[in-house]
Amino acid sequence: MGNQSFLFIIVFILIQLILPTHLLYFHIRETDRKCFIEEIPDQTLVIGKYKVELFDPQSNTYLPSTPGIGMHVEVKDPDEKIVLSKLYTSEGRFTFTSHIPGEHVICLYSNSTAWFGGQQLRVHLDIDIGEHAVDYQQISAKEKLTELQLRVRQLLDQVEQISKEQNYQRYREERFRATSESTNQRVLWWSIAQLLVLVIAGFWQMRHLKGFFEAKKLV
Amino acid sequence: MLPLLSHTLLVCIILIFKKIHANELTFELPDNAKECFHDKLKIGSKFVLEYQVVTGGNYDVDLELKSPSGKILYKETKKQYDQFEKTVEEDGVYQFCFSNEFSTFTHKIIYIDWKVDGDPEHEIPQPGPRVAEGALTMIELKVGKIHENLEKSIDYQTHHRLREATGRARAEDLQERVQIWSLGQFILIIIVAIGTVLLLRSFFTDRRTSSNMTWNR
Repeated sequence: MGNQSFLFIIVFILIQLILPTHLLYFHIRETDRKCFIEEIPDQTLVIGKYKVELFDPQSNTYLPSTPGIGMHVEVKDPDEKIVLSKLYTSEGRFTFTSHIPGEHVICLYSNSTAWFGGQQLRVHLDIDIGEHAVDYQQISAKEKLTELQLRVRQLLDQVEQISKEQNYQRYREERFRATSESTNQRVLWWSIAQLLVLVIAGFWQMRHLKGFFEAKKLV
Repeated sequence: MLPLLSHTLLVCIILIFKKIHANELTFELPDNAKECFHDKLKIGSKFVLEYQVVTGGNYDVDLELKSPSGKILYKETKKQYDQFEKTVEEDGVYQFCFSNEFSTFTHKIIYIDWKVDGDPEHEIPQPGPRVAEGALTMIELKVGKIHENLEKSIDYQTHHRLREATGRARAEDLQERVQIWSLGQFILIIIVAIGTVLLLRSFFTDRRTSSNMTWNR
């Protein structure tokens, strides 16, 4: 039993090492900062996996692993407060759980010391949110569930995510309504204020000029 | 224990050879910029690319999808939302590029959903080849259907959230602009009122002295 779980762990680790190299990737310069926006409800788990490769001009390819290149991962919550700010190695995994519903911004930038420009980096990235972040293979191994139990577990997670998202939608709609009502109020009060100012300015001008011309003995 | 281990081993082996994954990203595309994403795909896999412009200008973006041999599989200009599916016929690196080069000063926020054969950690794959459809029990069939429908539900929710975000961004922008412009107009009215009076006074003061001079001649 010990041998079997050990073997399983080895295979599992191998999978984790192999998979990231086949994710979606994009290119950035060393000094660039790339940000992604995630609009999520509160109490949602977010897992991000990335891998960075450096361009080697001599061999004209991207080196699979370069020691010394690190990626700063900075996550800001909707109130612009920093939730996570850590430096990871060239291949890493970051997780955070949202405490406030709203737009979280995940920024990645390398720890390069160059002032501008720099070499090209290839970044493989995968961001999983909520129920996508749940690893069913791991759960199945840890809790020894049958396939049917695992599928029902997946359904439970999905339903929970849907209900969280519905709740978040109610919150968003409330904010939208508040914004619209505030705009309505502002249009009303500013229009009244401008009307009053125009009328008062008119009267003041008439009175002031009348006084001025009478003083100059022109009227 | 042994069937469980062989089950998980088989799953892992399938994962190594199938390389299935899904990816949802929302990013900002600055004006006059082009953003490209690449992925390595194998023959036989099926990919689905879905994108939506959330905020910015006229809510449109250009997209171009190229196969490894440079053949353009999908090219559309100024679209707000679209979905593109295809079965891979060539091995290699596929790239798709979003372009905002036609815009001079509007930043666009774009949501993309890139799915290749589903998601390995998210989907629970079949442990082995089933002999016939009839081998699936009724419950497993129904549970599978519920799972598919819930996936669709979550997808609809995401698109609803994006459309609502578009409206909300517009409303917040409007609120700020109403405030700034109203304040500006208010101050302008006061300045013009006082300025008019001062200007008029200055005319009559000059003419007064010149008319004085003509009388005293």
